[in-house]
Amino acid sequence: MKRILVGIKRVVDYNVRIRVKPDGSGVITEGVKMSINPFDEIALEEALRIKERGGTEEVVVATVGPADCQAQLRTALAMGADRALHVQAEGVIEPLVAARALLKLIEREQPLLVILGKQAIDDDNGQTGQVLAALWDRPQATYASKLEISGGTARVTREVDAGLETLEVDLPAVITTDLRLNEPRYVKLPDIMKAKKKPLETLPLAQLQVEPRQQLKLVKFEPPPQRQKGIRVKDAGELVAALKKKGLL
Amino acid sequence: MTDILIVAEHDAARLNVSTAKCVSCARALAGARVTVLVCAADAAAVAGQAAQLEGVDKVLTLENPANAPALAAVLAPQVSALAAPYALVLGPSTTFGKDLMPRVAGLLGAPQVSDIMALESPTRFRRPVYAGNALLTVESEPGTKVIGTVRMASFEAATGGGAAPIEKASVSVQLPTHTRFVSVSAAKNDRPDLQTATRVISGGRALGSADGFKILYSLADKLGAAVGASRAAVDAGYAPNEMQVGQTGKIIAPELYVAVGISGAIQHLTGIKDARTIVAINKDGEAPIFEVADYGLVGDLFQIIPEIERLVS
Ligand SMILES: Cc1cc2nc3c(=O)[nH]c(=O)nc-3n(C[C@H](O)[C@H](O)[C@H](O)COP(=O)(O)OP(=O)(O)OC[C@H]3O[C@@H](n4cnc5c(N)ncnc54)[C@H](O)[C@@H]3O)c2cc1C
Ligand SMILES: Nc1ncnc2c1ncn2[C@@H]1O[C@H](COP(=O)(O)O)[C@@H](O)[C@H]1O
Repeated sequence: MKRILVGIKRVVDYNVRIRVKPDGSGVITEGVKMSINPFDEIALEEALRIKERGGTEEVVVATVGPADCQAQLRTALAMGADRALHVQAEGVIEPLVAARALLKLIEREQPLLVILGKQAIDDDNGQTGQVLAALWDRPQATYASKLEISGGTARVTREVDAGLETLEVDLPAVITTDLRLNEPRYVKLPDIMKAKKKPLETLPLAQLQVEPRQQLKLVKFEPPPQRQKGIRVKDAGELVAALKKKGLL
Repeated sequence: MTDILIVAEHDAARLNVSTAKCVSCARALAGARVTVLVCAADAAAVAGQAAQLEGVDKVLTLENPANAPALAAVLAPQVSALAAPYALVLGPSTTFGKDLMPRVAGLLGAPQVSDIMALESPTRFRRPVYAGNALLTVESEPGTKVIGTVRMASFEAATGGGAAPIEKASVSVQLPTHTRFVSVSAAKNDRPDLQTATRVISGGRALGSADGFKILYSLADKLGAAVGASRAAVDAGYAPNEMQVGQTGKIIAPELYVAVGISGAIQHLTGIKDARTIVAINKDGEAPIFEVADYGLVGDLFQIIPEIERLVS
C-alpha cells in the first residue's frame, strides 16, 4: 500500500511568550498552550493533499514522546490523517533517538515518503529529517516549498540561502517542510469527533529496541540579554540626524 | 589540543564568508587545531582562499566530480569518512550547513549542537532555543565526537593573512546517485549580501506589493544597504524567499537595521537580535518592534522613506 509517514512533534504554541524558569532548568510549560509544531502541520497538510490527488492511499502520523503527545496526534487525525502511532518515551528525546524510533516505524510501515518539519520550534534543532535520511540511507530534500511526485521520483523545490533550488530524488525519501509549502487547513468540529474513532497505536520505545540515550546534558537555560528600550524621534529629519551623529549614515 | 574539522561552504569559485566565521568560532577555543575541508570537483581555487584565513592550520581537499554542485547526501559520507581524528566537526548554520551536518551526525551516530553561539570548552556549547527566547548551555561527554553548526550572527569572519598547507585527502566510500541536482534560481541583484551587509533595510506586509518594495530598494541603493523582508511580505509575494529575515529565514547582525512596516513578531525579532542599532518605522505606535528599537519613528512609511532618501542624497 502506498503510504506517507508524517512526523508530529508536540511543542509550546508559537504564540506563547516563552519564560525561562528561575532555576534555569528549562522554560515554563505548566499551563501553557501546546500545539503541533507548525512545520509538522505543513507536513501533514502536504501529505493530505497528495492523498486527495490520489498519490497515496494512507497518511500515518507518528510522534515520539510522553503520553501528553496523544492530544496532538488526535488533532492530526482530526485534520485528516488515517492512523496514528505513538512511540512512548519520557524525558529529553534527542534527534538521533527520534530518528532511530522513526526508522523502526519506517521498517514496519514501508512508506513511499516521509515528511517532517524542517525544525521544531522548541529546540530549533533542525536535525531529525536529515539524521533519519542518513540512518535510512535514502535521499533527503530539506526546506521544501514545492513537491511534485511522479512515478518513482519526487521533484522538490527547496528554499536555500541563494534562492530556490530544485532537486530530483528517488523514492522513498525524506522531505522536510518550509513555511511556504502550503497553508494547513483548519480542523472542523465534526472531524474532532470522528478522530476519536480513528486508530491510535502506542508502542513503548523499548519495544522498538531503541535506547533513549541522551548525549548532550542540558546544563542551564538563561533568558537572552534584553535590548535597552530606545528613543522616539519625531520625524525623518531627526532620525537622519541621530543616525549621522552615531556614524551610521 | 582540540582537533576541529570545518566543512567549507563555497560555490566552486569562491569560499563563502560563512567558513571564515566557523574558523573564528573554532579559534575562540584555546588549543584548537583547525582543519578546513574543501569538497569540490576542482578544489584548487577555494582551498587557496581557505589557506589564507588567519587561524587555519591545514586545508584538506577532497576532489570528486560528484561534489559539484554540493548535495548533502553525496558530501555526508565523505565528511564522515574523514571525521575520525576530530573531536568537533563544524559547518555553518546556513542552508548548506544545516542540510549537511545532521546527515553527517546521523552517519556517525554523533550528537549535534545546532547554532553554536559560543564554544565555551571542547565539550560545552551555548545555543539559542525557542526562537532565541532562551539560551541553552549543553555539555557533551568528554571523548564523544560532536557535530555542530555555527550561528553566523555570533562571529566575525576570520581575516586573511594566513598561509596554511594544503593537502589532498581521499576516501573510499560509495556515493549515492539517488539525489540529483536540477537547478537553482537566484534573483540577481547588485546589492550587498543580506548576511554580511553592514546596513539592512527590511520591509513588511505594509509595503503592500512588490512595487511597494521599490522605495526600499531605492533608499538601500543610496545607503549601500541590503534589503530584507518579513515573512508576511515574502508569503504575499512582495519579496523573494531569500530575503526573509527571522527564525526561519536569515539571522543577521548588521550595524544598522531599519524595519519598515514590520510589526515585530517574535519570529522576526529572532533574526535581528544581534543588530547593533535597530530603527523602526511604523504607523502604529504600539507595535512591538518599538520595544527593541533604538530609534522609533511613528508615521506612514510611504511619506517617511522618500523623505529619508532626500535627506541622505
Ligand atoms: C513557525 C513560524 C515561523 C516564522 N518565521 C518568521 C520569520 O522567519 N520571519 C518573519 O518575519 N516572520 C516569521 N513568522 C511570522 C511572524 O509571526 C509574523 O506573522 C510576521 O513577521 C509578520 O510580518 P509583518 O510584520 O510584515 O506583518 P504585520 O504583522 O501585518 O505587520 C505590518 C505592520 O505594518 C504597519 N503598517 C501598516 N501600514 C503602514 C504604513 N503605511 N506605514 C508604516 N507602517 C505601516 C502596521 O502597523 C504593522 O505593525 C513566523 C511564524 C511562524 C508561526
Ligand atoms: N519526538 C518527535 N516525534 C515525532 N517527530 C519528531 C520528533 N522530534 C522531531 N520530529 C520531527 O522532526 C522535525 C525536526 O525536528 P528537530 O530536529 O527537533 O528540529 C519536526 O518538525 C518533526 O517533524
